Amino acid sequence: MSPAIELIAINKSFGTVHANRDVNLRVERGTIHGIVGENGAGKSTLMSILYGFYEADSGEIRVNGAPVRIRSSNDAIQAGIGMVHQHFMLVEPLTVVENVMLGAEGGAMLRAGEAKVRKELARLAQDYGLDIDVDATVGDLSVGLQQRVEILKALYRGADILILDEPTAVLTPAEADALFELLRSLKAQGKTVILITHKLREIMAVTDRVSVMRRGEMVATVETADTSPPELAELMVGRRVLLRVEKTARAPGAPVLDVRNLSVVDTRGVRRVADATFTVHAGEIVGVAGVAGNGQSELLEAIAGMRPLSLGSIRLGGRDIPLSQHNPHRMRELGLLHVPEDRLRMGLVPAFSAFESAILGFSDEPHLGPGPLLDHDRLIADLAKKMEQYDVRPPAPRLKTSNFSGGNQQKIVLAREIERNPKVLLVGQPTRGVDIGAIEFIHRRLIGLRDAGVGILLVSVELDEIMHLSDRILTMCGGRITGERKPDETSEQDLGLLMAGVTDEAA
Amino acid sequence: MDLGIIATVLDSALRLSIPLLAACLAGLWSERSGVVDIGLEGKMLVSAFAAAAAAYAFGSAWIGLASGIIASVAFGLVHGFASISQRGNQIVSGVAINMLAAGLTAIVGNAWYGQGGRTPPLEGVQRFDGILLGHSALVYIVLLAVPLTWFVLGRTRFGLRLRAVGENPAAVDTAGISVTGLRYAAVIIGGILCGIGGTYLSVGQAAGFLPNMTAGRGFIALAALIFAKWRAWPALGACFLFGLLDAIANQLQGLFIPGIGEVPVQAIQALPYLMTVILLAGVIGKAIPPRAAGVPYVKER
Repeated sequence: MSPAIELIAINKSFGTVHANRDVNLRVERGTIHGIVGENGAGKSTLMSILYGFYEADSGEIRVNGAPVRIRSSNDAIQAGIGMVHQHFMLVEPLTVVENVMLGAEGGAMLRAGEAKVRKELARLAQDYGLDIDVDATVGDLSVGLQQRVEILKALYRGADILILDEPTAVLTPAEADALFELLRSLKAQGKTVILITHKLREIMAVTDRVSVMRRGEMVATVETADTSPPELAELMVGRRVLLRVEKTARAPGAPVLDVRNLSVVDTRGVRRVADATFTVHAGEIVGVAGVAGNGQSELLEAIAGMRPLSLGSIRLGGRDIPLSQHNPHRMRELGLLHVPEDRLRMGLVPAFSAFESAILGFSDEPHLGPGPLLDHDRLIADLAKKMEQYDVRPPAPRLKTSNFSGGNQQKIVLAREIERNPKVLLVGQPTRGVDIGAIEFIHRRLIGLRDAGVGILLVSVELDEIMHLSDRILTMCGGRITGERKPDETSEQDLGLLMAGVTDEAA
Repeated sequence: MDLGIIATVLDSALRLSIPLLAACLAGLWSERSGVVDIGLEGKMLVSAFAAAAAAYAFGSAWIGLASGIIASVAFGLVHGFASISQRGNQIVSGVAINMLAAGLTAIVGNAWYGQGGRTPPLEGVQRFDGILLGHSALVYIVLLAVPLTWFVLGRTRFGLRLRAVGENPAAVDTAGISVTGLRYAAVIIGGILCGIGGTYLSVGQAAGFLPNMTAGRGFIALAALIFAKWRAWPALGACFLFGLLDAIANQLQGLFIPGIGEVPVQAIQALPYLMTVILLAGVIGKAIPPRAAGVPYVKER
């Protein structure tokens, strides 16, 4: 039987960047095929070529053994290829039915095609368990359901081959599990699935075969059963990578951050954090685990002084913080530094040069220049030194912040905060959108800080990260702290229950 | 106030609202497709001139209408080329259209007719006469455009695609539909509607072209468009309301209020704008424009 997809010697360049170099790929019919690689390895470009968003400079595409020319999304749809983009291609003010119909209306008048769409959606709901309110406005649906609409769109167009680009980046763990269930049932019905991801756990869990890309080249294709996460990581990065940075046991020191009965009410009057009480000691990493949107972000922002407390108190290094001093500037002066969750919105100014982003929040420090002036030469020299220490690539302080990859942007933020000798460091989602190689580096830095006696409060939605780094784990659900565990005395299942609000008392 | 005055005011409100409505619907088509169009004013002006000049030269109001539409569509295509094909700034392009129209009509008009930019007065078959209730065919064409717009946008394949491209052009592109084609189609429809509106000004309502005779109607139409939240039936309501304010302003001209004095015309002329600001702020809620309006579409990696 001929493979569902065969790519032969695909080349694609953007200017001087060779995004795909002689790429070969063979995807067997009725399988789930993973494609992994770091950001910029060329995965997305390759899939864009397959979906007709770009045309390859050279090479051949075969679908079911027959050579095809894919010059537009239309050609791809005709060839039975459907794509679920990382950023959904949905029209939010339109309904589910209208979104599914778009481009496949079945006639100049909508009414005729609509009946067919409804019937087909009902059938798909039955076959694959893809239930959805077809008259709902897409913008009102949860992210998980919006993704379901994207999948329905592809299936409605008769896709036999489904490409999913980083589908779990926006999903909760439960939604991700539901997605994998769906992928397995698609496979059972004979569909072919191509899964692009950088999460090795997902590759191991759901794929039959996996291809690895590095710097525009396809470096390996292996049976998932015959490989392991460390081997894949090594193939992706081109050197040995520690997926789990070693850390030695360390007795925590004196309390450096005391949070008592902290509550946060947002501007709409919704309580985001309820009665949180905990302590972070010197030389300790306290991890906060939880499904996104359960109050962790608000907790970090409240401690950092970005949100007012509605109740409760904060002690920093043994001294009470009065209300009048509870603002980001003063908290920083007192030694509490913050690596915010969303680096592009809160941590950096994307349009600034890197050396300008590297002093955000500290621009009034006297050593940066005489009086009200900033000494650019000095700032650039300072950042050049830090870039070397933090292995920022490219080491170009004048480059625009937005031109760095996610991992390198994160290193710039980390360098800025860490170099100010924090007593307490708040860290939100330190490795979101960051490459495996850079993750290892960032984890090493955080553990190094902890060993140097800094108290770290770490918020992450990546359970692995929490488990690897933390000395103690707090779980949050609905704004409440639902439990506390030692990492070696718990499991993912155990934490999952606490994150879902099943507390010790209730159990 | 007796019934006669009320009837007069309503009648003139309708006349005054027709050019607004034509421009407002033009803007609706353009902006629902994602192309912001502040050049409504300029397109109406150039079509008013072209219509009057052609009607005078050929002795036919209908040839005038055709010329008005062609001129307006041509200007629309310039805006389309700048903002769709060249991905230029749509505000800058719109401003350029307005300035170009104002200058060009005055200069060409003066060169051709030597009457300070006016066209010679039109009479008889050179104008649109009343066919029903004293209103000309153009009035009914523009009114008919309201249900037509509503139907096409809401009930047809073309309308669905057009609404989608104004919200998320990438979704349209990945569905295998041409973003560029849809946006040009919308710009052309907008050009036709502006052409009808402009023709109405010089060949229907008045008897000839006067320099700058649109007098800001293209901008009031934009206010009406926001007021109507980019929907067809509310656009009819908004334009009629603004036409009514204008008609009342005409009646109030020279009115003397005890203790204050004569009401300045400008105060009343500002009413449509004030209404828009006040009503949008308080009464009818937020007007959210099509999400992709004003953003050129560039394929992303």
